[in-house]
Amino acid sequence: MNGIVSYGAYVPSHKIETGEIASVWGADGSAWAKNLNVYSKSVPGPDEDVITISVEATRQAMKRANLNGDFIGAIYTGSESHPYAVKPTSTIVAEAIGATPNLTAADFEFACKAGTAAIQTCLGMVGDKQIDNGIAIGVDTSQGAPGDALEYSASAGGGALIIGSKKVIAQINHTTSYTTDTPDFWRREGQKYPRHGGRFTGKPAFFKHVVSCGMMMMQKAGTEAKDYDYVVTHQPNGKFPIRAAKTLGFTNEQFETGLLTPRIGNTYSGAVFLGLAAILDIAKPGDRILAVAYGSGAGSDAFDITVTDEIAKMDRSETVENLISRMKIINYATYAKYRGKLNMGASK
Amino acid sequence: MSVPRFWRELDTRYNLIGSYCKITKTYHYPRRSFNPEAGRESIGSMEDYQFKGSGEIVSSTVVHQAQTGYEMFGPYCMAIIELDEGPRITTQIVDCDPEIVKPGMKVKSVFRKLGEDSESGILHYGTKFIVIEYNEVEESEENIPDIEV
Amino acid sequence: MREVSIIGIGITKFGELWEKSLRQLGLETGLAAISDAGITSKDIDALYIGNMAAGSTLQQEHVSALMADYCGLASQNIPATRVEAASASGGLAVRQAYMAIAGGFIDIAVVGGAEKMTDVSDSESSYTVSMGSDEQWESKAGATFASLHAMIAQSHMTEYGTTREELSAVSEKNHFHASMNQMAQFPFQISAEAVSNSGMVSSPLRMLDCAPNSDGAAAIVLCATEKAKKYKKKSIKIIGSGQASDTLSLHHRKYLNQMPAIKMAARRAFKSCGKKASDLDLIEIHDNFTISEIIALEEIGVFKRGKAAQNILKGETRLGGKIPINTSGGLKARGHAPGATGIAQVVEVVQQLRGEAGERQVKNAKIGMVENHGGTAATAVVHILEGE
Repeated sequence: MNGIVSYGAYVPSHKIETGEIASVWGADGSAWAKNLNVYSKSVPGPDEDVITISVEATRQAMKRANLNGDFIGAIYTGSESHPYAVKPTSTIVAEAIGATPNLTAADFEFACKAGTAAIQTCLGMVGDKQIDNGIAIGVDTSQGAPGDALEYSASAGGGALIIGSKKVIAQINHTTSYTTDTPDFWRREGQKYPRHGGRFTGKPAFFKHVVSCGMMMMQKAGTEAKDYDYVVTHQPNGKFPIRAAKTLGFTNEQFETGLLTPRIGNTYSGAVFLGLAAILDIAKPGDRILAVAYGSGAGSDAFDITVTDEIAKMDRSETVENLISRMKIINYATYAKYRGKLNMGASK
Repeated sequence: MSVPRFWRELDTRYNLIGSYCKITKTYHYPRRSFNPEAGRESIGSMEDYQFKGSGEIVSSTVVHQAQTGYEMFGPYCMAIIELDEGPRITTQIVDCDPEIVKPGMKVKSVFRKLGEDSESGILHYGTKFIVIEYNEVEESEENIPDIEV
Repeated sequence: MREVSIIGIGITKFGELWEKSLRQLGLETGLAAISDAGITSKDIDALYIGNMAAGSTLQQEHVSALMADYCGLASQNIPATRVEAASASGGLAVRQAYMAIAGGFIDIAVVGGAEKMTDVSDSESSYTVSMGSDEQWESKAGATFASLHAMIAQSHMTEYGTTREELSAVSEKNHFHASMNQMAQFPFQISAEAVSNSGMVSSPLRMLDCAPNSDGAAAIVLCATEKAKKYKKKSIKIIGSGQASDTLSLHHRKYLNQMPAIKMAARRAFKSCGKKASDLDLIEIHDNFTISEIIALEEIGVFKRGKAAQNILKGETRLGGKIPINTSGGLKARGHAPGATGIAQVVEVVQQLRGEAGERQVKNAKIGMVENHGGTAATAVVHILEGE
């Protein structure tokens, strides 16, 4: 059975607390933190972007599986914050892991679910025996406009999954998608910050797609919520994923491991990858995982996953928890400087 | 930097590819086709070698007047590090308080953006270094819990 | 090999010379040197120009022909050569002219150095200076020129116990000397405390440890000694000349706290005239940073390794001390206009050996040295001059 051969994760080492952001806008920090269930969010350094995070996460995945670039037949990177509008992130990742030139590569965009679309593409190619292993990456360094509600959650990070057929640590039993035209969140060409439909992003968008897709997945797999050890969904804030998981019949014990947004913010395309990585960090052979991504615009991809005996042989000493615990708090001024929010005038 | 000038050294910067001299059994970074110590004999005896990316600080400084293109970091740490295989590199040390960096500290490589040609120009990526486990070392002594007997 | 003498000197004030262009600066000093030598343009066989950065600061290369033209030498179709070795460009231009005359190819050469650093922004001029290091593997990696010297200083402090107080003594002393030199950019004294408390540039180096990026020009006239008397009664002989190079990148050096190119250039210069460090009455040192002066004195052999700093603090290198260093004020206080610096240093030693240095005159000065280097001393040029 095809599935996950290895996984890697990366979160930048800086974070800013919700209260610090709120204080700049004269807002009630503790109320915002509680309402969103987001207490701090990761902030990339001035020298970090989707490309560097993708490379770090992918290198970790390669190292864990002791693979070299020759084994990789495809790289697809899903993100809504690719540093280039034209010029692929994936070719740079390919070069940085020594996978060039015998592979195919492309970048994906589907708001926050571009990375899971990459997983499905890799699964198809592996299943069709076009490639032995493909890499699906989901990474973002998303930005919220200063003062916008998004600013409290939009963060940076992501992960990489090596999808293949041999030495699979977690087999992907089924995948399914649920896609509609729902304009809840968008960013026009050339615009720095995204726009969103406010509360419209909730019921008709996130909840409708995640819950429908999750239910379809369980129907297809012939499972119920209680058959799973873990569930991870997209997590634009700390509240939506809990409500969606509960609607699908899951309990605290099942969703808490993969729920990282309260501590690192919304990593967009990276969210399901990071949540899944946190689960794989501690998962045991036989554990079953339901993963449901969501991308605005809108669509959900769901995966029914079973952890195999192979995972016990893998070096899992570098964990998502280690990445989170090393994060250091910065103030808003440093955050503004790092994120290019300062108006530098026309000196250059 | 022009596009080809950066492009031709991509693997050197991305993957720390240098050279190994089969004659003197020494390592060199960046890549050289000629080992200055071995002279002409070394031509044809230099093999590509990918450095492991671990090393230690030889000397460091906290830069308060930033180099062009590094203004957003200020202040930042610049260091000369020695890779485990021998060669030395001038590099920025990122992701830590620049003041804590001291000679002898262990470092490892990370993939980072080095700069850009301009706001619309090509982006440059390559290797920088981070200090490893200084926190754990520093805090381990303080964090020993009081044991009540 | 023929002996070579310096028969004329000219220098501008160093500093922010807003009204003056590179060509004006070159012309002024060239004319001054020619008139000081008592020659006419017809007597000049060749022109050598030291210039580091006209290409990057002014988008003007071919500075040799430019200077020949604006000095009125184009009509003679004079051979004009530009020499570039970062901040050692001036010293190296002197050496090229010296070798051409010593070798018998020509009799008289004008050597000029000029640099215009203020026609670009501060950040551009700083980046220009750092081009003397390895642009690809040092500057582009984030290392400023000051940060490389900061690591040199840090290494020297760790190895030899060199102190903040000793670094500050270098700048204090050089400003004291500059206070007696009206051509200096900063002709005033500063206290060692002011140096120690100035803003941090790159730890441990502070603002007042660093030489400025100046505009300025200097020129000298070299003549085969056998013909010198025809033009100038009192000429100064170049008795020794040495040059050396080193790895371009600091990180490729075995010891960060040494500058072997300076040692080798000095050794070669000493060898060419049979002199030694103790024969010197004064030296102009390339103090682009305070630490450079300390290390250069150790490399030349004036003080043992690790002992220069304490001797500077003791006043041994002050006017009236055992061996006055940088009576002009040095790069720190006279100013540092890269291509002109090496020649301005020669001008100072010539004035001293002629006994024309006024207030800052070193008594009975007979033999002086000029040490000029580029980058983190990847090129070093040393000349030894003797008065009559």
